[in-house]
Amino acid sequence: MINFYEVNETNKMIEKENLDVRTITMGISLLDCIDSDLEKLKANIYNKIYESAKDLVATGEEISREFGIPIVNKRISVTPIALIGGAACKTVEDFASIAKTLDEVAIKVGVNFIGGYSALVCKGMTPADELLIRSIPLALSTTEKVCSSVNLGSTKTGINMDAVKLMGEVIKETAEYTKENDSLGCAKLVVFCNAPDDNPFMAGAFHGVTEADRIINVGVSGPGVVKTALEKVRGENFEVLCETIKKTAFKVTRVGQLVAQEASKMLNVPFGIVDLSLAPTPAVGDSVADILCEIGLEYAGAPGTTAALALLNDQVKKGGVMASSYVGGLSGAFIPVSEDQGMIDAVVAGALTLEKLEAMTCVCSVGLDMIAVPGDTKASTLSGIIADEMAIGMVNQKTTAVRIIPVIGKSVGETVEFGGLLGYAPIMPVNPFSCEAFVNRGGRIPAPIHSFKN
Amino acid sequence: MKRTIITVVGKDTVGIIAKVCTYLAQNGINILDISQTIVQGYLNMMMIVDIGAMSKQFGDMADELAALGEEIGVIIKCQKEEIFDKMHRI
Repeated sequence: MINFYEVNETNKMIEKENLDVRTITMGISLLDCIDSDLEKLKANIYNKIYESAKDLVATGEEISREFGIPIVNKRISVTPIALIGGAACKTVEDFASIAKTLDEVAIKVGVNFIGGYSALVCKGMTPADELLIRSIPLALSTTEKVCSSVNLGSTKTGINMDAVKLMGEVIKETAEYTKENDSLGCAKLVVFCNAPDDNPFMAGAFHGVTEADRIINVGVSGPGVVKTALEKVRGENFEVLCETIKKTAFKVTRVGQLVAQEASKMLNVPFGIVDLSLAPTPAVGDSVADILCEIGLEYAGAPGTTAALALLNDQVKKGGVMASSYVGGLSGAFIPVSEDQGMIDAVVAGALTLEKLEAMTCVCSVGLDMIAVPGDTKASTLSGIIADEMAIGMVNQKTTAVRIIPVIGKSVGETVEFGGLLGYAPIMPVNPFSCEAFVNRGGRIPAPIHSFKN
Repeated sequence: MKRTIITVVGKDTVGIIAKVCTYLAQNGINILDISQTIVQGYLNMMMIVDIGAMSKQFGDMADELAALGEEIGVIIKCQKEEIFDKMHRI
């Protein structure tokens, strides 16, 4: 039977170390909503999402109460809208009106984000894909809850450089469209290489076409728990360090597995995966950078950071896979800048640069995340940064992403405030040299040799 | 049997256990195990109870116990056993 010490340990994790379930995300397929009549399509989408997710928030709250664990977000991901709207949408306004419908139903069911305003263009773009991508600035500036993502490359297909070039322009345009709110639109827009179909985390969540009609995916968190566990093994060797991270990751992920199974049972929707990511928030004590410091760095970004992050990411996975029957999504350590107080401090101290962050993305679970750059950064430069990140993902057979915010009207030395879970960020300097001729070549970068495994 | 863990944390005073146990008895909740420590006047108590025969919804019981805690000046939490089991047992 459970003992006193174990109960206290769990409750201390929840109350003092910010252990929580970051999100229950319901994936909903919209493939059966497709219609060539735009109004009919929108009605179908609204009804399907409403019927599927109307009890999602209440169920999340009930589970939270039964186990005494906070479930911070309840979210929805849908089939990439480029596939759903292709037959009905002839203009960017048509596509943006679907975003409006998604926004309305998200507000109605009470979720805090809905993801899937997406296009999968890792090899080529259909006219519908291109239209959706061009509608992103309008869609994100006229909605509140909608998140958008675009898959630009994969290990199997290479990198679609036409789409990379276009996304540089779209990110810039989205920043312009939402400049009144410090270019907030870009915080809801992410580009991927090797995007997973079952990611529960925003802004990159979408419901892949190979998924079931509806599915429950859960994302756990708990950087504070890992940090506290590591405080007890200061000065010990790497074996002890790794063992401690692994055991802690196991405990954190088990909670996610429990919540996922309960939610699946109560909503009568199959359980998909647990994403065992270490996802930070701007709250003090909920930081991945603080774990890196606890491992032995003065600041995140100091020499040794990439190695420390590599071992952290690996041990989190090793502990996590043992704890859940199905692990998926992104699963690893997130290193967003604005959402992590320790990362913000590192940037302000001058310890962490864009180039070091890029190196860190080679070994973490995602990529350049929530990075604010000067508003006058050129679209081609953004495309160059994206291309670099996509190449890292493609060659290393891992998911990489870029969520970068060129904050219109702000420059290096200033700070941008996004609020809530998105946090705040100092504007980071960008390498000023041009990559325009490279980006303008057009076409695609072929898949790497090691992708040919057949 | 449906096991639930009740934890009571706060400044020790007369009658905490009596009040909690009275509530449990009135609602058909059977106590399986109690352990407690008192450090520098602060009480930390854990009860394992069976709510199989309880007449109420879980959420209502949790709310009422939390309210009772507020009355006494302690924090009372009620959690299903699975969260501890999952976390600490393979």
